[in-house]
Amino acid sequence: MADFNVRSDSVNVEQIMEQIRARIREKRGVDYTEAEIRDLASARLEKFIDPHNVRSDLLEEFHRVRSASDAPVPADDVVDESVLFETHRPWLRGLRKLLRPILKLFLNTKALASLSLRAKAEVARRSRDQVTFELLHNAVVEITRLGVEVKNLTMRVESLQSRLEFNERRARALESVVVYKPAEADAAFAGRTTSQDARPTADFRPRPDAAPAAASTVPPSGPSTGGSAEGQRSRRRRRRRGRRGGGAPAPGGPAVGTTPPSQPSGAPDVGDSGASSQNDAGGPEHDDSGSDTDLDPQ
Amino acid sequence: MKLAIVVQRYGPAAVDDAERHARYLAEHLAEHATVEVLTTCARSDVTWANELPAGIDTVGGILVRRFPVARAANRNRFARLCRRVFSETHSIADELRWLRASAPVSRSLLGYLRKHRAAYDFGVFVDYRHGHSYYGGLTLSDRAVLVPHAACDPSIGLKIFSQLFRSVRGMLFDSPEEQTLVHAIASNQTVPNVVGGAGVDVPHSPQPSQFRHKHNIRGPFAIVASRVDAPQCQRLTDVFNQYLAEHRAGGLSLVVAGDDAMPLPAHQKIRCIAGVTEPDRLDAIAGAEVVIVPSESQHFSRTALEAWALGKPVLVNGASKGLFGQVVRSNGGLCYRSDDEFVAMLTALEQNRWLCGSLGKSGRQYVRDHCDWRLVGRKYHEMFQQLQASRDATRGTARRGWLNRLRREVAPSADVVRGLA
Repeated sequence: MADFNVRSDSVNVEQIMEQIRARIREKRGVDYTEAEIRDLASARLEKFIDPHNVRSDLLEEFHRVRSASDAPVPADDVVDESVLFETHRPWLRGLRKLLRPILKLFLNTKALASLSLRAKAEVARRSRDQVTFELLHNAVVEITRLGVEVKNLTMRVESLQSRLEFNERRARALESVVVYKPAEADAAFAGRTTSQDARPTADFRPRPDAAPAAASTVPPSGPSTGGSAEGQRSRRRRRRRGRRGGGAPAPGGPAVGTTPPSQPSGAPDVGDSGASSQNDAGGPEHDDSGSDTDLDPQ
Repeated sequence: MKLAIVVQRYGPAAVDDAERHARYLAEHLAEHATVEVLTTCARSDVTWANELPAGIDTVGGILVRRFPVARAANRNRFARLCRRVFSETHSIADELRWLRASAPVSRSLLGYLRKHRAAYDFGVFVDYRHGHSYYGGLTLSDRAVLVPHAACDPSIGLKIFSQLFRSVRGMLFDSPEEQTLVHAIASNQTVPNVVGGAGVDVPHSPQPSQFRHKHNIRGPFAIVASRVDAPQCQRLTDVFNQYLAEHRAGGLSLVVAGDDAMPLPAHQKIRCIAGVTEPDRLDAIAGAEVVIVPSESQHFSRTALEAWALGKPVLVNGASKGLFGQVVRSNGGLCYRSDDEFVAMLTALEQNRWLCGSLGKSGRQYVRDHCDWRLVGRKYHEMFQQLQASRDATRGTARRGWLNRLRREVAPSADVVRGLA
């Protein structure tokens, strides 16, 4: 018999429904079914949130009930049947004692007393079960709470660890990068020179006492290690040489990089033959003179 | 071959799924066999008054024998018995009282069946919930074929129906899910059965504009064209209000079309249209953007088939395994399992015309391939032929004695059904 196994292939409703459900999940966060939501809504949360429901004397109660229920049940032949006739009224006690033989004709009082004892033992056992249940429940609640807390803490630790690693990476990166930061005066001067385009370079010439100090800190034939301060010093030396004699730098001198202010010195040096030759040939010098002022230790 | 189709109500006005199925079945099986319909004189399933004349009638070329019902059902008594048999430990006698209170039984119909049982090769009983199916099925047990229309409601957990499912000669199911459900309830795999499915008849050129004009409906709308009870309707309107809250401008309206008026909240985008005739209903489905089937317990929706035949997608309640299976097999609609999903899926259907079109197209193809009456009729006919060939097989289970029926030892049927999930 041809059954209903053949399916149309043009659309796949299961796939479409799954897509729609995925969108709902994204929107809502968690995909609970209606039944699960109902269960969650009907769950008793008082124990979690109300500390009054937790008995502080639970352990003592447990010990007490346990000792009571652990008491041995007496055998049937040693059961004291007189408990059945006990009363706080003396006259009734006497009457019962008087009528006890007659009552015994109708009832097996020993069996009754035995049943009474067993009932008491049963009550004690149930009470212990109740307390055990409560203890277990509290333990489960506490374990659940601790589990949630541990999960939270784990997540926090992971978060802090990732932040720490990020900061370490950042610090390492910064250590390997020395940024040339132009000072405010330099920036202001650069602005002025670009706008006015004519300021005597002599005004910004370094003082004579600063030059030896600067020259003494930099080895004359030291390699260009890529530091921008080093480059600046080399440039300054070259400029000074240019001003004094107008000659080109020494052929065996270090390769000087024209590192832009924000470019790290670790970047490959670009040959500045054009710039240096321009400076050396007596071209516009305002950039260089501005640098001089900025680097002046005074 | 002579068949007697036994159903509660029969006629063009019947909108209940089972009764429509019985009508289509009678009309299409008439090509293969001589068909008679045995039914009651009732027109309303609320009052069960004998509105139609008793005797022989002809509807659509089918001979119909109508029998008067004894008395109208007492709703209060029925509600009390529902509580007892669904939720409490009860007796078989309680279940039989519940059965008689759910719908009146025509004693004359059962008497006719008993008297003329030899005149029919098979009696086809549609819908297991009614007294005629139960008593008639047990009366004609060796000639009774049951079309149960089972749904996952508490009534299927009643013990009397398990007995009926095991007693009949054969069973014809609408869907594989229904078959699984009945087998799980009654353990009656030995009873010959087949998933016959159901066909659907829709007009070739429906007139949706006529329906819109008649009921003054403007704009796109979603329709509920199957029978819904008041709580279902309330839940549906609540969730539709959520949809409307997200689509203040535009969006779909909701039309609930049925034979009874539903207490709906006053909203300009929610309409209830009562007393809708069958052609009107199909016009309404043809005019709708999407057809909603909100039933949680239904295992097979004929309305969904009609929607697919008219090229419309359906949005069904995924809580019903049968409807979910129907939709997944056909690729003709979507299933929602929660309010959020209802809103999201209705929005997806409203805003993606290609999706509506593709689902409707897939559904239409599915109906063409699997729900053609010629195919369904052939399955039914083959089943009857097989049953006729193996006539010597004995069926039936021992019925309980009078005293045993009074013993209150039957588990609540709601618990039985819950145990299946």
